[in-house]
Order: sequence, then C-alpha cells, then structure tokens
Amino acid sequence: MGTNVVAALRGVSMSIAAGEFVAVMGPSGSGKSTFMNLLGCLDHPTAGEYWLGGQEVSKLSGDELALVRNRKLGFVFQHFNLLPRTSAIDNVALPLLYSGTPVAERHGRAERRLIQVGLGDRLDHHPAQLSGGQQQRVAIARSLANDPMLVLADEPTGALDSRTSIEIMALLQVLNREGITIVVVTHERDVANFAGRIINFRDGQVVEDHPNAAKDAASELARLPLAEAVAP
Amino acid sequence: MNFVATLRVALNALRINKLRSALTMLGIIIGVAAVIVMIAVGQGAQARVEDQIRSLGSNIIMVMSGSALSGGARGGSGSQQTISEDDAYAIAREVDEIQGAAPTLRGTGQVVFGNANWSTGFYGTTADYLEVREWQVAEGRGFETSDMNSAAKVVLLGQTVAKNLFGDANPIDQVVRVRKVPLTVIGLLERKGQNMMGQDQDDVVLMPISTARKRVLGAALAKSRSVGSIMVKVRQGADMSEAESKMRDLLRQRHRLQPGQDDDFFVRNLSEILQAQEASSRVLSLLLAAVASVSLLVGGIGIMNIMLVSVTERTREIGLRMAVGARGRDILTQFLVEAVTLSLIGGLIGIVLGVGGSFLVGALAGWRTELSITAIVLAVGFAAVVGIFFGYYPARKASQLLPIEALRYE
Repeated sequence: MGTNVVAALRGVSMSIAAGEFVAVMGPSGSGKSTFMNLLGCLDHPTAGEYWLGGQEVSKLSGDELALVRNRKLGFVFQHFNLLPRTSAIDNVALPLLYSGTPVAERHGRAERRLIQVGLGDRLDHHPAQLSGGQQQRVAIARSLANDPMLVLADEPTGALDSRTSIEIMALLQVLNREGITIVVVTHERDVANFAGRIINFRDGQVVEDHPNAAKDAASELARLPLAEAVAP
Repeated sequence: MNFVATLRVALNALRINKLRSALTMLGIIIGVAAVIVMIAVGQGAQARVEDQIRSLGSNIIMVMSGSALSGGARGGSGSQQTISEDDAYAIAREVDEIQGAAPTLRGTGQVVFGNANWSTGFYGTTADYLEVREWQVAEGRGFETSDMNSAAKVVLLGQTVAKNLFGDANPIDQVVRVRKVPLTVIGLLERKGQNMMGQDQDDVVLMPISTARKRVLGAALAKSRSVGSIMVKVRQGADMSEAESKMRDLLRQRHRLQPGQDDDFFVRNLSEILQAQEASSRVLSLLLAAVASVSLLVGGIGIMNIMLVSVTERTREIGLRMAVGARGRDILTQFLVEAVTLSLIGGLIGIVLGVGGSFLVGALAGWRTELSITAIVLAVGFAAVVGIFFGYYPARKASQLLPIEALRYE
C-alpha cells in the first residue's frame, strides 16, 4: 500500500427515496463497491456527507455506526456469509443478539422472518444442509431481523443459477412492495432489470441514473419451463 | 449484547470446534493439575517436618556430657559423664525461662513378659520428661515424686513395646522384666510416631532415674549422680538464646570452669535444627510450585496461539458480526470470554486431575501429600488470569478489524 490517496468516488451526489428499488451497476473498479460500503456504514467517507433517514451518519464514530447498521440496515452478501454449523434460526437471530432483544422475543422474530422468506420448515437446518438459494433466503431473513429501513444486497445472485436468481429477485421485489428500500449491486443487466431505478458507475462517477420499467420477477418465473428447475 | 448472550456465543464457538478446544485446554489442565499436585507434595513434606517438631516437643534444648580425652584421642560427646542429675534440678530451679529439665540415663536391654521378649532402649528419667516432651500417658498413670524417691519398681511402656509384649492385651499392672529386674507397668504412653531420623519413638521404656541407676543399670553407676543428657524445655514465649546462655553460665559455675576454659558439656537446640529443615522444605515446595507454574504459563501461550488462529480463521465471521451491528467491544468480549471459558473449564478439569493425582502420588509413592484449598483457588485463579492475559491480545486484534476488510477476507 502506498501513500497515494485514490479517490474512489468523485462528485457523486444523489438521493434515494424511501421505498425505491435501486440497482447499482458498473465494471469492477468503477467505485460501486465503495459506494455500497458507504451506504452500508461499513466505511467512512474521507470527504462529503451521507444522510440516512434524516441523520448525518458520515460523522459518526465506529460504535455509533455499528448501532446504525444494527437498527437501520440489512445486508445480503454474494456468498451468504452465514455462520457455519449454526442453525438457520440462530443465523437469522444474530442481529437481534446485538440489539439487546430479549431471548424469548429473538426466537419468535427470527422464526417469523424465516416463514416470510418461505423457509418455515427449515428452522433448525444448518447452512450445509441448505441449497444456495435457501441459504440466500436465510441471509435475507437475517437482513430483515431488525426491521431495517434499507436492505443492501451485494451481488445477491452472483453465486446462484439463473432460476434461483430470479426467485431471489422475486423475494426482494415482494419485500420492496411491503415498503423496504432496496439497493442491489450487480453487473448483470438481467438482474438490474428487476429494479425500478438503475445507476451506472464508471471511474468513480455516476454516468447513468435513470428510472427503469421493472420486470416482475414472479411472472418471469412462471414463464420459465418447469423442466429447467429440475435439470441437473 | 448482554453477558449471558456473549457466554452462549462463546460456548457455541467452543462446542463447534470440540477437538481444538479440548487440545487447547490440555495445556491448562496439565498446568493446573501440576500446580495442585506439586503444592500438595510440598505441603505434605512441610507438614511432616512440622509434625516432627510437634512430636519432639517445642522449645527443646539438649544438654549433653562433654567429650573425654584419653591418650590424645578425643571421644565423642558423652564419652565422659560430666553432667549430673543435680545439674538438671539446678537448671529447673534457678533459670526462670526454663519450664522443666529432665535428666536421662540411657540403656538398652531385653524386656520380657511371660514368653514374649523384646529388645529396646530404656530411659531413666524424672516426671519432668513427659512434660518436656509434651507426651501424654494414654492409660494408667505417670511417675510421681514418691516413685523417684523410693526407686520404685515401676515402668511406663511405649506403644511399640507394649504391642510386642502384650499384643492387644492390657499391660497395666502386669510385671515385666527389664534386664531381669521385675518392674510393674503403671502406664502406657500415647503414640508418638517417627522422629526426624525415622526412628520409632514408641519403641521405648521409661522408668524413674533412681530405679534405672540403682536397680537396672547395675552397681557401677549406683553411687554416681552423673547422667548422659538433660532435656530442657524453655517456657512458651521466653527467649531461647537467653535461656541457653543462662543455662550455660549456670553449668560452668557448677562445674567450676575458669574463664577461657572450654565447656565440658554440649548444648544443642533441637528446635532450631528442625526449623531450618522446615525452612528448607518450604523453599522446596515453593520451587515445586514455581516449576508447575511454568507449565501453566505454557498452557496460556497455547491458548493465545489457538485464539490467534481462530481470529484469523473467523475473520469473515467477525466482519459479518460487525456488519449486523456488533461493536468492537462486543467482539472483544466474545473472544475474551472464549479464552477465559477455555482456561476455566481446563482449570476445573485440572482440579479434578490434580486432586486425583495427589491421592495417587500419596498412595503409589507413599509420600505424604496435603491438599490445600489455597492451592486450588490459586491454580484456578491463575488459570483465569492466564486466559484473560493471553486471550486479550487476540481478542483485541479481532475487535480492531475493519468491517469491510474483515468481510472481504479470503
């Protein structure tokens, strides 16, 4: 590491309204990851401001950022990042552990979230006993555990086959209709097309930011031949 | 995140890696067990010395006859009978610090009862002897002044002698023969055990000094007043060296020694010898504990090693926990609790093994071991400190990870 300061993002100014479904695109090195890290309060901006839900979070300390991540944000990762050898329900309850939710309530809330993502019958399964799509559903349930205002999904379909990808996008669309703001980072146009707004990054700048007529993932799924689902 | 939750997370992490947790604990287990066993052995040795001091009687000074010079060759102590019975009475009478002084004449001989016989040592002494040695009569009675004056044909038996002559029967009022002289058993001494040389102190027969002189030892000594040694007990709280020098002055005066002339007697402070031995056994037990502590230390380093590996291996997990809202101190607590839990569980198993090991050493090696609560508390406390100390560095390392870097770690 040198001492050169690389400005990963330059002159990016935008607002995302509550209830939007945004896809962030761009080639690697375009700054979209840095943008996501800033949105997710995982990184401090060296300059500039970031307001989340009426609070300026760019000036908060590490502990305060942890609180914001816990209460206002949910994360979905490309490789799921579930705790191994830990049941689905305990994985989902993880954020509740850090928000001081009483034990009795934790279990109930985690269970409801798992039912919401369609895994009500897999509560005690370990990640190794679940398919990729199911694991990502557990991860989504976890991101919802603390009723966040914003869910950030970093390449949520990157490790999944195309049908499962559409299933996951359908789930995110359902959540979005229930009022949760969602930002998805992807490099696949097919995935981005399920979003209501597409932002394109290149060399640390926004080169494209336009509304998108979102495709409905559920009906897309219905059109797929069933054979593809069972094909090896 | 509250403590119970942290504890549960830590226990879960340990449970997931059972073999590794067990191996990590092994260091602490061995360390704690070693500390407990070593302290038990050390304290056992110390307790033995203390017992010997107690069995000798505390604050004892021995006065022995000086050496004789015959043809240029010096005899050993007692080769010349320079001290007398009257010296003992004078010491008891004139030196304030002295609680009692017992002159003793020593002899050996065959003791016979019926068709049983036993060779043993006998002491001719006074009633003061039992007081000086802090020796009680288990059955019957001790000597009385009238026994002394009349050279009464009475005897006190030590436990070993009584057992060899009478078995389990009651020896009181039976007549035994010591060197063919019939003496009535008036009392049985309580058990005293071994002395510091490993001699059986119960293998003894006591009789009034006058009886020994006039009836048992024979004509040669009948008219003399000399004795082999005087056993002196200094009063509790009195200054031993003060008493010793007063006694020395008194004896020199009584023996009419000129200034500059050598003492014709020896004075030995037995308690001092034993206290020196006690001090050395204390050093020994400290040394044993110190050596054992080293293994605890090594166990602690083992914990640090494993925790460091664990932090590296679980970097992504740490990143995830941070992403979902764990603060640095939550991560710190989690890893610290893991390390301390490891060392405490190891410590508890170590206690069990240490206690068992102490009994085993006692049973197999025949050493006396003394378990002490202090040692156990100390060992486990030390284990916990080791856990915190060696767990802190890896835990701190984990807590200072940046969430984005931890999440991206491959």
